[in-house]
Amino acid sequence: MYRWDFNVLWQYWDLFMYGLWLTVVYTFGSILFGVLIGAVTCAARLSGWKVLSLLARAYQEIFRCSPLLVQLLWFYYAFPLLVGVTIDNRVAAMLTLSLYVGAFYAEIFRGGILSIDKGQREAAAAIGMNPWQSMRRIVMPQAFKRMLPAFINQSVIQFKNTSLVSVISVADLAYMAAVVNGQTYRPLESYTVMAALYIAVLFPLTQVADWIERRMRASD
Amino acid sequence: MSIAETSARSPAVLEAHAIRKSFGALEVLKGVDLALGRGEVVGLIGPSGSGKSTLIRCLNMLEMPTGGEVVFRGKRIGRKFRDADGATGIGTLRRHVGMVFQHFNLFPHKTVIQNVIEGPVIVCGTPKGEAEAHAMELLSQVGLAEKRDAFPSHLSGGQKQRVAIARALAMKPEVLLLDEVTSALDPELVGEVLSVIRRLADEGMTMAIVTHEMAFAADVADRILFLDGGRIVVEGTPDQTIRNPANERLAAFVSRFNH
Ligand SMILES: Nc1ncnc2c1ncn2[C@@H]1O[C@H](COP(=O)(O)OP(=O)(O)O)[C@@H](O)[C@H]1O
Ligand SMILES: [Mg+2]
Repeated sequence: MYRWDFNVLWQYWDLFMYGLWLTVVYTFGSILFGVLIGAVTCAARLSGWKVLSLLARAYQEIFRCSPLLVQLLWFYYAFPLLVGVTIDNRVAAMLTLSLYVGAFYAEIFRGGILSIDKGQREAAAAIGMNPWQSMRRIVMPQAFKRMLPAFINQSVIQFKNTSLVSVISVADLAYMAAVVNGQTYRPLESYTVMAALYIAVLFPLTQVADWIERRMRASD
Repeated sequence: MSIAETSARSPAVLEAHAIRKSFGALEVLKGVDLALGRGEVVGLIGPSGSGKSTLIRCLNMLEMPTGGEVVFRGKRIGRKFRDADGATGIGTLRRHVGMVFQHFNLFPHKTVIQNVIEGPVIVCGTPKGEAEAHAMELLSQVGLAEKRDAFPSHLSGGQKQRVAIARALAMKPEVLLLDEVTSALDPELVGEVLSVIRRLADEGMTMAIVTHEMAFAADVADRILFLDGGRIVVEGTPDQTIRNPANERLAAFVSRFNH
């Protein structure tokens, strides 16, 4: 019978907390950049400009059709050779995470906008609105509501995905758990604490997501 | 009164010259001429698929004609949103030519009054208080003043369509385009919308009305256009057209509505 012993982990508590902090930073940082990238990509795809839209599409497919782990390795080990400058692992991590989630956000934004009945745009046009006014005042507010559940869902997944940055030695929660395990030879405890910390953060977040989704459905 | 007299008496506000429209290989409008005199009500009738919606949508450039020209107040409408190169812009055209749709297309995230003031406030820059006062006047005219803060999803079809009419009127349009505005309504709600349109006609609003309500068209319109296969096949007063159709196809078409 295995004897659990969490006491030995106490002295490493600050490592766990620092790791969790980095996980939060990379998650929210990449969500922020991802939203910007996603918005630009979505605009490019809907621009009606063939070349631009094709480029945006190519970017999306590349990032949606390869594993995040592969992208991280590529950006950290291959990309620097290609451009001839070394890049910091933290920069590579943030860049990859942002590009990855941005590709998905772009699709969520695009789906939301396209789901709005074209009669809405026509009604806006018929009272003399220009395309920008119609997008901002009529289409976007409705599309935003519709895309919110998918957006939150993707962001929760992003929180979990962030654990992969440990493979390029970014000291996130997963990385720190491995460090603690290396010091204590207590894999069961180290990795259980790590898992518990992820769940402790994500459970409330998914509850909020479900609640928002229910409210959105009720007000439709 | 002959057609020539009608158009001579009132100079045209909105004209279509040899309008053509194709969707890919399908030519839907094959050269249509149309002139709306000031204060005139024109009824557009014709079988489904004959191009009535396409024609009326070309008049405010919701569909870009593939041939011909739209002329507003004697000036050609260009391809740009803004006025440019001696042509009136599409934006300017739409500010003065309102449209009401078959499926209302109210903005579901805005209340009734917000729907009505959206155009004046955002497009014309009218101060909000002034726009609201005008909106309340219009809502009273269509009998919906007490619904000012309701959301569209809480209205009946007839109420939605009356709000949509108020929204179009809020822009103080010179011309109103109506595309089968009662076709999506339950039969018992048709009357309330038709009576609003009837009153607009009496007040001298210039209108182009696409409708399958033959009796209403004959009653409200100064002139009827019968569209078939992308062409205006018959044009004349309600007496010459709906009431006493000489043209065979028109006669067959009209007889389907007389039961
Ligand atoms: N956006 C479009 N793309 C392709 N075909 C269209 C489009 N709009 C209308 N049509 C076609 O044009 C023809 C005329 O349509 P429409 O103007 O709606 O007729 P009506 O209003 O008289 O019923 C129909 O055959 C219809 O299928
Ligand atoms: Mg139609």
